[in-house]
Amino acid sequence: MSSTDISAEEVDRLYERLNKEAEEGGYHLNPDVEFAKDLIRGILTNEKRYGYWGCPCRLACGRKEEDLDIICPCDYRDTDLSEHGMCYCALYVSEAVEKGEKELTGSIPERRRPAKERKKAKSEHPRKSVSSLPLPVWRCKVCGYLCAREEPPEVCPVCKAKKERFERFM
Amino acid sequence: MRMTHAKGNKMGKVVLYALSTCGWCRKTKRLLDKMGIEYSYVDVDLLEDKEEDEVMKEIERWNPKCSFPTVVVNNEKCIVGFNEEKIKKAVGYE
Repeated sequence: MSSTDISAEEVDRLYERLNKEAEEGGYHLNPDVEFAKDLIRGILTNEKRYGYWGCPCRLACGRKEEDLDIICPCDYRDTDLSEHGMCYCALYVSEAVEKGEKELTGSIPERRRPAKERKKAKSEHPRKSVSSLPLPVWRCKVCGYLCAREEPPEVCPVCKAKKERFERFM
Repeated sequence: MRMTHAKGNKMGKVVLYALSTCGWCRKTKRLLDKMGIEYSYVDVDLLEDKEEDEVMKEIERWNPKCSFPTVVVNNEKCIVGFNEEKIKKAVGYE
């Protein structure tokens, strides 16, 4: 499927939505609107292909449970924003970049570990728990938001990541 | 494997592994076009599964993270990511 199957209206609509959500949550989309819209077109293409918003600059495997970490906004966004002023694909940028105080000249290193290492790590880290707490604490893997309740929220109130992106923190 | 060939000045064998949805891969294609050099590229996300596996193995030899874009020059130099200076230097473009 080519990325031209997505209409300009669809791209514009999602751009407006993401831009609004980003600004409300203290995030910023890339001020190069054409570049940002191309990435959004890529996200929509991946949604049609795989059924989820796979990062446009990463190759999705097609199995959602294995790609949760690269569903936009990805698990690596906030760390990359702090370190490089942009996320991996550069849809999101830091305030300095948004204001034009810092320029983006090229792509940044991939923080996601290769597939083999990811599989290994998954089997090596059993979850710790504090059983005396009255409620479990859930952590949004995208932005770090924490909440203590029976279940994670449907959508992260800060970064809008979906429920499945939460992990049991305590 | 289906490679798309872009005509231009011969500066050696330049191969670009890309994703059709990636903004930095698009910038890399534009840079190579602007440089006017001959190169081949493949959008790995558009390949069938079997072909994709083969290409990913090929990329892994150069770039163990298998990230995009990856540019390989003359089967000896590899540039990972979009970096205009490094790409120009690797192909010997003044």
